[in-house]
Amino acid sequence: MVALVIAEHDNASLKGSTLHTVTAAAKCAGEVHVLVAGSNAGAAAAAAAKIAGVTKVLHADAAHFADGLAENVSEQILSLAGPNGVGYSHILAPATAYGKNILPRVAAKLDVAQISEITKVDAPDTFERPIYAGNAIAYVQSSDKVKVITVRTTGFDAAADGGSAAVETVAAAGDFGKSAFVGREVAKSDRPELTAAKIIVSGGRGMGSADAFKILEPLADKLNAAMGASRAAVDAGFVPNDWQVGQTGKIVAPSLYIAVGISGAIQHLAGMKDSKVIVAVNKDPEAPIFSVADYGIVGDLFEVVPQLVKELG
Amino acid sequence: MKVLVPVKRVVDFNVKVRVKSDGTGVDIANVKMSMNPFDEIALEEATRLKEAGKVTEVVAVSAGVTQCQETLRTGMAIGADRGILIETGVELEPLAVAKLLKAVADKEQPQLIILGKQAIDDDSNQVGQMLAALLNWPQATFASKVELGDGKVTVTREVDGGLETLALQLPAIVTTDLRLNEPRYVTLPNIMKAKKKPLETVKPEDLGVDVTPRLKTLKVAEPAKRSAGIKVPDVATLVSKLRTEAKVI
Repeated sequence: MVALVIAEHDNASLKGSTLHTVTAAAKCAGEVHVLVAGSNAGAAAAAAAKIAGVTKVLHADAAHFADGLAENVSEQILSLAGPNGVGYSHILAPATAYGKNILPRVAAKLDVAQISEITKVDAPDTFERPIYAGNAIAYVQSSDKVKVITVRTTGFDAAADGGSAAVETVAAAGDFGKSAFVGREVAKSDRPELTAAKIIVSGGRGMGSADAFKILEPLADKLNAAMGASRAAVDAGFVPNDWQVGQTGKIVAPSLYIAVGISGAIQHLAGMKDSKVIVAVNKDPEAPIFSVADYGIVGDLFEVVPQLVKELG
Repeated sequence: MKVLVPVKRVVDFNVKVRVKSDGTGVDIANVKMSMNPFDEIALEEATRLKEAGKVTEVVAVSAGVTQCQETLRTGMAIGADRGILIETGVELEPLAVAKLLKAVADKEQPQLIILGKQAIDDDSNQVGQMLAALLNWPQATFASKVELGDGKVTVTREVDGGLETLALQLPAIVTTDLRLNEPRYVTLPNIMKAKKKPLETVKPEDLGVDVTPRLKTLKVAEPAKRSAGIKVPDVATLVSKLRTEAKVI
């Protein structure tokens, strides 16, 4: 059995999500291939070849792969999977905005079910996945000829370096032609990326205003942390949408998650409860966040946060 | 121009579901059911396009048990002109739903289909993309802004790290993210009006679609519980615990 991992990349480098997906793939099949579909993506393909456990990298290069359009990347995957989808036993992509966008197109064309956001591989045909915002875990078994899977990256460790796979250039599938990339607004930040950060400082509705989020900055600076937010804070317009941690935002699992002024709605907990250590700062001692926090401080965040910065030295 | 909006009946987002003790699923007997929140956003967007004069008809479609009629009535109270129920007792997987919707789209010939990005029960996030593939249409998922132009739609999408804008030729698929719009409150007069709007019922067999599930759910279990920790009296204690006990800083 051979699994195919769809690499998420920006042409120059691989995204960390690819490494977690390779780990999941290695649990499904004896051999792992990685597809890098991009434009001038030689560097990303070379990086994929260095992942431990990868036996072959398939590199498809064309201008119409530059921006990862779902229509074009899915056609490339289908050309490798073969007309009956028998080329690979498993096709996996990270359950990020990138992978979620592409993979269901592949599953539909192959006429197989997709298994979304797996957190564990129990057997090559049996997987665990959270449902109802993580309030239940479903154990699902697939009898399809090829298993099409998105991988929740926090469920699997990142694959290590140390591989030396061959990079094979494959023919690029054609341009679908009915969709076009117009532009991108990427938030510029010196902080680590939310899903890759070791420490996250997150604010909620309790912050009260966009301005108040500034008091979290010295804390995030001190800890070299990414900054996140609850849906309530995003909906209130305090911070940008891509800061949102939760069921419908980003799923994170850092070693330390500091929740400030976050009450702990189910939807938020679904996005961060796999963090190694959770710290909660809230003035309400009954806030549900304390039921998942390892360490809680009941108090006014506007006093606690500056003290915390001072104490960290 | 016609817009199709598929809507799903799900456990209300405020209900905390419980796993059944025999592990066969979650207990949804006697819990409040509502329209999937992302689908409400999809219907609101379609209705606004109609109010702006860019769309002539909004058709809501649902697939599932008889009670999905209520979800369709809610949809018609928001602004859909009519409803189609694909009635079945079979638990539908996303691929089956996409096939049913394709059959409806083949018949209705909409120029745009707006769906919620995911349902909050199975959290699959698949149907829109699958439907786009089956119809061979372009797609823009996780939309935060939709601008309908002549023969095309320009969509701003929420992606990791920011926003991305795509231009799609019509007909096309759009799936909604949370902040595309804020759905209106449904008013009593509109609920009354919705009762008189046409609601057609079809069966999967009528559409020639096999909805047999492909996946077997072996069991459904409670997630591993995270035990509550301790409350610390002051910041100094917290920092010392993080350093010496948790060793994370």
